[in-house]
Amino acid sequence: MRLQCPICGARDVREFYYQGAAVMLERPDPDAGEAAWDDYLHLRDNPAGEHAELWSHDAGCGAWLKVRRNTATHEVYSAVLTREVKR
Amino acid sequence: MRVAGKGLIDRTQEVKFRFDDTLYRGFEGDTLASALLANDVRLVARSFKYHRPRGILTAGSEEPNALVTVGSGAATDPNVRATVQEIYSGLEARSQNAWPSVAWDAMAINDLAAPFLGAGFYYKTFMWPRAFWEKLYEPVIRRAAGLGAVGPVKDADHYEKAYAFCDLLVIGAGPAGLMAALVAARSGAEVILADEDARMGGRLNAETLRVDGQNGSDWAASVIAELDAMDNVRLMSRTTVTGAYDGGTYGALERVSHHCDIPYGGVKETFWRIVAGRSVLAAGAIERHIAFRNNDRPGIMAASAVRAYLNRWGVSPGKAVTVFANNDDAHRTAADLVEAGVHVAAVIDSRIDAVAQGDYRLIAGATVTGSGGRKGLESISIATQSGSEKIMTDCLGVSGGWNPTVHMTCHMNGRPTWSEDIASFVPTPGSVSGMHVAGACNGVFSTAGCLAAGADAARVALREMKMSVADVDLPEADDSAYAISPLWAVPGKGRAWLDFQNDVTVKDVKQAAQENFASVEHMKRYTTQGMATDQGKNSNVAALAVLADATGRGIPETGTTTFRPPFTPVALAALGAGAQAKGFAPERKTTSHAATIAADAPMIEAGLWYRPSYFPIAGETNWRQSCDREIGYVRNTVGVCDVSTLGKIDIQGPDAAKLLDFVYTNMFSTLKVGRVRYGLMLREDGCVMDDGTTARLGENHYVMTTTTAAAGQVMRHLEFVTQALHPEWDARIMSVTEQWAQFAVAGPEARDLLNGLLDAPIDNEDWPFMACGEVGVQGIKGRLFRISFSGEHAYELAVPSRYGDALFHLLRARAEAIGGGPYGMEALNVLRIEKGFITHAEIDGRVNAHDIGMARMLSPKKDFIGKTMAARPGLTEEGRGQLVGMKPVGTVKQLTAGAHIYTDGAEPVRANDEGYVTSVGFSPTLGHFVGLGFIRDGLARHGEVLQMVDHLRGVATQVEICDPVFFDPEGGRTRG
Repeated sequence: MRLQCPICGARDVREFYYQGAAVMLERPDPDAGEAAWDDYLHLRDNPAGEHAELWSHDAGCGAWLKVRRNTATHEVYSAVLTREVKR
Repeated sequence: MRVAGKGLIDRTQEVKFRFDDTLYRGFEGDTLASALLANDVRLVARSFKYHRPRGILTAGSEEPNALVTVGSGAATDPNVRATVQEIYSGLEARSQNAWPSVAWDAMAINDLAAPFLGAGFYYKTFMWPRAFWEKLYEPVIRRAAGLGAVGPVKDADHYEKAYAFCDLLVIGAGPAGLMAALVAARSGAEVILADEDARMGGRLNAETLRVDGQNGSDWAASVIAELDAMDNVRLMSRTTVTGAYDGGTYGALERVSHHCDIPYGGVKETFWRIVAGRSVLAAGAIERHIAFRNNDRPGIMAASAVRAYLNRWGVSPGKAVTVFANNDDAHRTAADLVEAGVHVAAVIDSRIDAVAQGDYRLIAGATVTGSGGRKGLESISIATQSGSEKIMTDCLGVSGGWNPTVHMTCHMNGRPTWSEDIASFVPTPGSVSGMHVAGACNGVFSTAGCLAAGADAARVALREMKMSVADVDLPEADDSAYAISPLWAVPGKGRAWLDFQNDVTVKDVKQAAQENFASVEHMKRYTTQGMATDQGKNSNVAALAVLADATGRGIPETGTTTFRPPFTPVALAALGAGAQAKGFAPERKTTSHAATIAADAPMIEAGLWYRPSYFPIAGETNWRQSCDREIGYVRNTVGVCDVSTLGKIDIQGPDAAKLLDFVYTNMFSTLKVGRVRYGLMLREDGCVMDDGTTARLGENHYVMTTTTAAAGQVMRHLEFVTQALHPEWDARIMSVTEQWAQFAVAGPEARDLLNGLLDAPIDNEDWPFMACGEVGVQGIKGRLFRISFSGEHAYELAVPSRYGDALFHLLRARAEAIGGGPYGMEALNVLRIEKGFITHAEIDGRVNAHDIGMARMLSPKKDFIGKTMAARPGLTEEGRGQLVGMKPVGTVKQLTAGAHIYTDGAEPVRANDEGYVTSVGFSPTLGHFVGLGFIRDGLARHGEVLQMVDHLRGVATQVEICDPVFFDPEGGRTRG
């Protein structure tokens, strides 16, 4: 699999560290309650299809990316800097 | 036998080689198979199960029979296909799977027992008693079956891995592949053309067909010469593309040195990862067999292989050749042989309307029903329209038609589509994203069709990549139609072979269906058809046609088994190239590395780093003596230790303090400039991630230190926080671990050592405990931190890395001058255990701040990573393990890390477990072992005596639970 790093270009997946679902971008407030925190930390969808996830270009520029990918076909729809997503 | 005037071999270059210890002669350009056939060697192997005599069947990488072992000792290469092994002077090959010899094989007795050894034999027979399987049945079967054996010693050959990138990867260099490459190359694209053969050209080298008014092989050679001269083309011969993967990535095995003596330091094979914008698959087709009684006798071959040996290698596999076919294409074999002056005894064509294409005897509407001969073919029996006949022949070319090589199109879950026209499977379009299929592997069998398809595929691929397309004229070539009438198996008694390599017959497949292993995947596993090293390339389609017939389903409904990479076998040594021993793992060395090695200090690995265990001196006979002495330096005078491996992260910006407050549990915005603070870092789940000190060098400038082990993880974590959670914060982070060489100077005389070395002397008032700042070191700008991991009066002095080696020598000399010296990891570890300081032995990812007695560091004044989840009841409730110290009080005075703790007198089993030991060391300061560990509710249990049992090492003793700080609990020495 190859990912299009917005900074470095298309690179082999082995240059990247996989974090998991992009849910991690939406950190709840400290007082959001047990359910919100449980959801944030533990509960994950396991789709056979499109999935938003986080990758770090560890062996490259160190950028954190939000990647939309098909888990069944490994087709990559988009890869954007998390820095841009949050702005 | 050789045929005069034929072949692309160089008859002026004789090559001598050995097969089964006999010396043979061949020519430059021969494969082992062609050279053996030229020497009339027909029996080359024994089959897997019944040890039946087998000869060469094909002329390509699909060969199921002629597997040999090349080389010996550390260079042994088993299961080499004789059809792809080029000969070279000094080549030594041996037959395998036969004892004592391939001609007289003792295991051939299996063949007589065949009625009892049919499909499912193993499953039915070796069921009981259960224990016999592992002890008796399996070892015996393994010895009897199997192919070549790996060498008796470690493989000494070198393998490499490599990476390549291109716009267009063309797989296969036959007419379709050559045209695709030519169009793309002339259009200016970066092209890689890969072919498994040593000589590119595909079937053009094996046929007498003409292209563009010249010999097909000459046309191929001219195209290859043109491509070879172009800078944008890389020709990769002897390279098999083995698999298609995500994102236009392909695996390929280059057989670099199988065709010669490997030069000293040379590489045997290279495994390539090729990334291509688009690919054109032009993998060609493989001729299939027709099953009939005893169709596996040496001398019975693929009709196309007979023709290939004649046209490419100038060899006729027989003196009186027969051909058995169900299609027009195979008639070329007879026509070419007649043209070359070889006697063709007859062509038997199952089609009643077959027409001869040359001057030979054609028997139309007939089938071959059996073969005769002892260790090779001597005759065949045929059933004609009018009766039966026996024909004397020493070589029978068989053609059941051609199967497109669809394998690569199925590597990403694609399934091929049945085509009635060619009675075989063709690729389903779009099976692999970015791959276009052209030529014979797409079911197009005429030369003109292949040339056109290759050019078309390249044009489409180029347009998809938005590249310009050059005009390239198509050369003229043969465009005859492919006429075939399916024939899978000739009915009749006896064993008719489908899978030559695994000894699977038509009857076995029918029996599988009868016993309800009717799915093609079940049939495969029950009969083992298609499970040998050829992966069914020669037998799959015929076997599933027989299965379809037996189950009454059609072939499309029956379907195929799953095609998986690799296309041909790949040695694990090639896949794992560069990973043997330490492989390509980087080695991180501190600036004091050379001096440390020079001091004969044994190194230990800490991640990728190398750190000294201890620095031995004359007269010391074991590491404990050195360790105890080094601890003495720190406790009594001064010790010096390289601590550069700890992670150092430079953090700057107006929001740097905000960032640190967020990632640490305690406050850093309140830290004064010129001061250092210990910080605790949690994961979001509330467990401890790492700890370390962070110094504030300026209002907006901090330097964080991490543990050696977690440096990478912490860096990534900080990147996540600044890029993903709070990109609005104005803070920049940078790893500076390798930019600074940092040394601990620890002990009562630490300041005396530094004063005289630093440009300006320091005192306790300006440099109290936890002070930091810039200092001059012999005119060099450095940083000094008054921090301590040993509990002594200590400093860490950092200089830019290029001065590290010089500084280490200076520090060491000054330490030794006042009775101290360097210390290593063993001493460092004991010193920190004596003080109850934690490392990742304690913070192993499962413990939280409460467990290690640091709950007071969870600041209530702010939010921080892990705060919410650290407050979960499960992390704070009673019954959790808490950090304690331990000392031995039983008769055994030893502690071991990893041992478990049980209530005194209780049985040492899991149910009675009270905790475990994480770190131990012998404290020369205290005169006994000291240990850290976690005990259930341990904070309240100081003074209790429990039993320690190490089941692995067989150590048991009593331990007294105590405070984790064994030495100087008031901390007076640190501040002194």
